[in-house]
Amino acid sequence: MKIGIPKEIHEGEKRVAATPEAAEQIIKLGFSMAIESGAGAGANISDEAYREVGVEIVSDVKALWKNSDLIIKVRAPERHPELSIDEIEMLAEGANLISFIWPAQNAELMKKLADRKVTVLAMDSVPRISRAQKLDALSSMANIAGYRAIIEAAQHFGRFFTGQITAAGKIPPAKVLVIGAGVAGLAAIGVAKSMGAIVRAFDTRPQVKEQIESMDAEFLLLDFKEDGAGAGGYAKVMSKEFIEAEMALFARQAMEVDIIVTTALIPGKPAPELITKGMVESMKPGSVIVDLAAEQGGNCALTEKDKVVVKHGVTIIGYTNLPSRLANQSSQLYASNIRHLLTELCPAKDGVINVNLEDEVIRGATVIKEGQITWPPPAPTLSAAPKAPAAAPAEPAAVEKKQEKKGGSVIKQLLPLLIGGLAMFAVGAVAPASFMSHFTVFVLACFIGYQVIWNVTASLHTPLMSVTNAISGIIIIGAVVQISAKDNNCVVILAGIAVLAASINIVGGFLVTRRMLEMFKK
Amino acid sequence: MSQSLISMAYIAAAILFILSLSGLSNQETSRRGNYYGMVGMAIAILATVLNPSFTAYGILIIALVVGGLIGARAAFKVEMTQMPELVAVMHSLVGIAAVLVGYASFMDTTSTLTGSEKTIHEIEIYLGVLIGAVTFSGSVIAFGKLSGKIGGKPMLLPARHWLNLCMLIAVIILGYMFLKPESFCCCSGSGLIPLLIMTVIALIFGVHMVMAIGGADMPVVVSMLNSYSGWAAAATGFMLSNDLLIVTGALVGSSGAILSYIMCRAMNRNFISVIAGGFGGGATGGTAAVIEGDVTPVNAVETAKLLLEAKSIVIVPGYGMAVAQAQHAVNEITKLLRGKGKTVRFGIHPVAGRMPGHMNVLLAEAKVPYDIVFEMDEINEDFPKVDVSIVIGANDIVNPSAMNDPTSPIAGMPVLEVWKSHITIAMKRSMASGYAGVGNPLFVMENTRMLFGDAKETLQAVLKELNK
Repeated sequence: MKIGIPKEIHEGEKRVAATPEAAEQIIKLGFSMAIESGAGAGANISDEAYREVGVEIVSDVKALWKNSDLIIKVRAPERHPELSIDEIEMLAEGANLISFIWPAQNAELMKKLADRKVTVLAMDSVPRISRAQKLDALSSMANIAGYRAIIEAAQHFGRFFTGQITAAGKIPPAKVLVIGAGVAGLAAIGVAKSMGAIVRAFDTRPQVKEQIESMDAEFLLLDFKEDGAGAGGYAKVMSKEFIEAEMALFARQAMEVDIIVTTALIPGKPAPELITKGMVESMKPGSVIVDLAAEQGGNCALTEKDKVVVKHGVTIIGYTNLPSRLANQSSQLYASNIRHLLTELCPAKDGVINVNLEDEVIRGATVIKEGQITWPPPAPTLSAAPKAPAAAPAEPAAVEKKQEKKGGSVIKQLLPLLIGGLAMFAVGAVAPASFMSHFTVFVLACFIGYQVIWNVTASLHTPLMSVTNAISGIIIIGAVVQISAKDNNCVVILAGIAVLAASINIVGGFLVTRRMLEMFKK
Repeated sequence: MSQSLISMAYIAAAILFILSLSGLSNQETSRRGNYYGMVGMAIAILATVLNPSFTAYGILIIALVVGGLIGARAAFKVEMTQMPELVAVMHSLVGIAAVLVGYASFMDTTSTLTGSEKTIHEIEIYLGVLIGAVTFSGSVIAFGKLSGKIGGKPMLLPARHWLNLCMLIAVIILGYMFLKPESFCCCSGSGLIPLLIMTVIALIFGVHMVMAIGGADMPVVVSMLNSYSGWAAAATGFMLSNDLLIVTGALVGSSGAILSYIMCRAMNRNFISVIAGGFGGGATGGTAAVIEGDVTPVNAVETAKLLLEAKSIVIVPGYGMAVAQAQHAVNEITKLLRGKGKTVRFGIHPVAGRMPGHMNVLLAEAKVPYDIVFEMDEINEDFPKVDVSIVIGANDIVNPSAMNDPTSPIAGMPVLEVWKSHITIAMKRSMASGYAGVGNPLFVMENTRMLFGDAKETLQAVLKELNK
């Protein structure tokens, strides 16, 4: 099959769908590849680099589209500015397309694509299950966006991120608040932290607390119980009371922090407004807000899409093309996501893709199959956390069990004492006095052994065992006592062998312990 | 020597033994502890020999010298990796000595005890022989298992619990016959026959008991047999009315039992169920998870590269290191990496290897400084900050299933959480499962690299790369 990579035509888009490294791997799967001349220029990849790995360079765009069985792009098809023709129209009938599509927002595009009788796999619709992680382009782009968000913030922020004490005075560290700890949020936390800032983060989903803390950031706790986890690991819309508590928290934080990065998105809905005009006004002059949700309307009331604006002394960054601003990096990650998808699609490595709708990952990504719209796919069934309702009724049962166990343990505790007491009584009732004195010694020695051993360090277990082994050779005493039995050769022989065995044990045990302990040196 | 003097000597010996054990619980005092034990033993033997009724110097000296030479030879020749085998075989010697002393005491007709004292004396003989025989055959099997002469898989006979019960009942009945031989015509008036039959049953019981215990529980078994050898000595002490034997036997017995218990707790396993056997079989429920996924293999060159890039490294040794005798190569690598300013630490699982503290002994032999050797609890929470962790021939002790798969046979056992480090390099001979026969998802995790091959050879190759 022939794969075509056209140059991205969206304004400001610098990414390219395949890098030479990825192309080399894809060709190994049996595909042949062609790329539009200059497609990699935005990401600093020359045509020459593609040619070296065996990719054909085509300068005629229309011919590229027409001759390719599979077109791979970053952005969804749109009107070509120079040729004044829609990219969809250039797509050969029955061909395949892989790119970002956003089917929920682009119903018209979907219809047009379906009319062309093509098969479309949307990189944004790859299900978020663990097996599909390596082809999850949304995560890899979000990661880049989060990274770049902090770089952009640093660009517009007039101070250091890290705190320093210099001869010229003390510099306080910058305080960064990250709202929404998804992939982008966590990436932003990581970068801000490594630049030395104090980082706080908030998320409606309590299970990400651990992730935030693992990045060494402070999780802002809301004194309110509601789980914000929706299907597929995304957040859901929260109750009114929750939002009020949340807003109060943001208002307090806005006065204190220098930089806010917002990444709050709810799938299929406009972005929630979290930073109001009032909060922006309350921020210190020179503060920066990076709104990663600008595409969906923005988390900040004053965000302007694709622009950097200064309002009330606060710089508000509304770029929607942050991944494209790190074009080489994002092309690399996107291309390897694509390569993994192709590997899934072409298990036989024969250069032919097989859109197998039985496969959960491919089923999720496929939005149009041979002209039939197959989106949305059946809902994903896996969530990172177990469902809450299932846990609730289980709880009382668990409590009951605990109580039962408690009752059982009382008996369990008393039983040995009872048995021990009875046994002692029985022995005491029949045993002669001479036995009892030995028995006293025996029991006391048991307790001494217990006390002595209880605190031994684990590294000395082996020497301890070998020394106790040597000491248990004390049985030699028993043999020695018997060995001088008169006129009973049988006893003497038995005792003699016992002395032999025990003395091997004593000498061997002590010496090997000594040898071991000699090794334990600092 | 007067009787009082002998008693006094015995008291001194007992105190020295206690000091010896308490000395062994700490690195600084451990060597002194060992010498206390030696002196105590010497005093005990001398005091017994100087008893005026003692005459058989010839036999004693021959036996002592021959035994001592064999013991010393074994102690100096043994490889540190074979420590568990040596300890197991020595336990069997105590067991056989207890059996012999028991028989000798039974045949010694000079005793003048009557009535209930006689009965008690005979019960003591019977118990001494019983415990001694179980210790003997159990230790021999443990030796076989540890040295690989017998397979590590638990041998589970059908209805084995019933079999054990039958043996127990038979032993009790035989005990009654032993006490009252005159009322059973088949004994022809002597207790010898029931005693012999019981010995055979006890030997079979010891074999059966240890055979049913899986390889992963071997450390507990060794320590348990240690405890038995102590009880055997204590029983002999009762039999001969010798307080020193009783005290020492009880010390060893209880310390061995405590040690077994500490180990079981470290593995989160029930002491009783370990003894009853069946680990890795159906008894604990759940089958070994089948692990699916691809492993990412690396070679020595890539490993060296990963190590050079890392700042913080943790090495987790397992039985594989002992088998391959790789501890010296490990030490060389450790020295080199520390010389390059990297933090290298060791994480030791309480049951790594085939006996408790096995890994510590091996690392000490290779002269790894013991202040960079940490126990599981000390190092576990540091793993997220570790760049590279190297697992050398360990499997079950780094198995994440123990924490997140409740159906796993090793569920609930605390493990070293190596998978939380950035990269885990797992060294293995092959993809075979561990001693417990449980699959390990660690090996197919995304941040795990597999380095296949003999631990010693591969580590030497890594060392060569690091030196370049």
